[in-house]
Amino acid sequence: MITAEHISKSFEGHTVLDDISAEFETGKTNLIIGKSGSGKTVLLKSLVGLHPVDSGTIRYDDTDFTALGFRERKAIRRDIGMIFQGGALLDSSTVAENVQLPLDLFTEQSEEEKRARVEFCLQRVRLRNAGGLYPAELSGGMIKRVAIARAIVLNPKYLFCDEPNSGLDPQTSIVIDNLIHEITHEYGITTIINTHDMNSVMEIGEKIVYIHEGRKWWEGTKDDILQADNPELNAFVFASAMAKRARANVFSGR
Amino acid sequence: MLKILEQIGRYTLLMGKVFSRPEKMSIYRRRIVREMEALGLDSIGLTAIISVFIGAVITLQMSINLESPFIPQYLIGYATRETMILEFSSTVVALILAGKVGSSIASEIGTMRITEQIDALEIMGVNSASYLILPKIVATVFFFPFLAILSILIGIAGGYAISVLTGIMIPDDYIEGLLYDFRPYSIVYTLIKMAFFAFIITSISAFFGYYAKGNSLEVGTASTRAVVASSIVIMIFNLILTQILLI
Repeated sequence: MITAEHISKSFEGHTVLDDISAEFETGKTNLIIGKSGSGKTVLLKSLVGLHPVDSGTIRYDDTDFTALGFRERKAIRRDIGMIFQGGALLDSSTVAENVQLPLDLFTEQSEEEKRARVEFCLQRVRLRNAGGLYPAELSGGMIKRVAIARAIVLNPKYLFCDEPNSGLDPQTSIVIDNLIHEITHEYGITTIINTHDMNSVMEIGEKIVYIHEGRKWWEGTKDDILQADNPELNAFVFASAMAKRARANVFSGR
Repeated sequence: MLKILEQIGRYTLLMGKVFSRPEKMSIYRRRIVREMEALGLDSIGLTAIISVFIGAVITLQMSINLESPFIPQYLIGYATRETMILEFSSTVVALILAGKVGSSIASEIGTMRITEQIDALEIMGVNSASYLILPKIVATVFFFPFLAILSILIGIAGGYAISVLTGIMIPDDYIEGLLYDFRPYSIVYTLIKMAFFAFIITSISAFFGYYAKGNSLEVGTASTRAVVASSIVIMIFNLILTQILLI
């Protein structure tokens, strides 16, 4: 479990996160949702330590992450996998080299063991024959899948995904969502996904935290969200025509 | 002025991170070999082309300007050798490499910064500054002096070729000049200078790339700043090193 307790963060006097507290549960896909500019990416990056928080505490299970220095955080970082918005694959390395990098850096495995693990992870994300390609040769969906393979190669306990569907078509988005959801349950990972895609929310959101103007406005499950009595959340959730129809169906009992 | 001091402070802190103990030496060795290829071997062509023409032009200009019965012709070869060894093959080649290699390093690392590749390394627990910059510094500090030697040899060969092709002077006189009053320390001096310049080009360019912000436009700006700053620092250190090593 990852716990944020009263965390605040500002950049040059501008408050981006204001006293946010939330619990992200183990073995579940936890979603942080909100409009563009609401602070959800800063929240995610604060949780992994890329942005040091101004105040508050972040706990990984029983460990106070905010109290640790760079070297002490290393132990926890090895349990973290992260999927960035653009994939963040190393351009100068092949797909296989990208996935193998954490193994090269943090394990004493033989080349053969590493190759087998890389092959397994690529197979897991259904990219069996892409090991020799460079990121520039991949489609958006393939880049995200390689990023997932790299994120899970060290068997992480925590998985962070920053808008994993951005730039993808609806079908590929569902593939990526389902893949993350499957992996979360398969390995019992604490997964936190940052998204504004309502399809993802309705497909895989087991716990949802809604951020608005840097504050937490609501939290609940995907079953609660359609009936939530929160005007800001409703404006966000029912922004699309499809969601409006879904809400109408819920209330008409269809 | 305050901004320059702030930049120097950030640069010093970055170098502290770069030279902290590497995670795994075997990874760094592989990366050093790759960087030698990308930053060193790929610069041989440019260095060779510029050196051969400069060597030829120096010989031509010397022979035109030293045309007098009182000045022995071998001095043309001597002047070409001294110019190539003392200044061209270290300082001028370093300025050219600041443009080629420096801009490449700044834009590569800058792009990695804005596309979150550096963040991805940090998340993995990797010291990204050391992982990305140290192999580049080691590769260039070891390889650029080799480029200086190559430049000297090719420049001198260019001078010889022009004397043979144009008949502007007797080639034997040129060779006599090359051997006249040769001090091996000049080579040591140029190698030391080139190693310093390699460090300056790589570390300054990496610094500008590492702290790039925003979009691709900013990467371009970082790349330009890297070349300008490296060139200025090279000229300053050229003066300092010449004062220390030759006088």
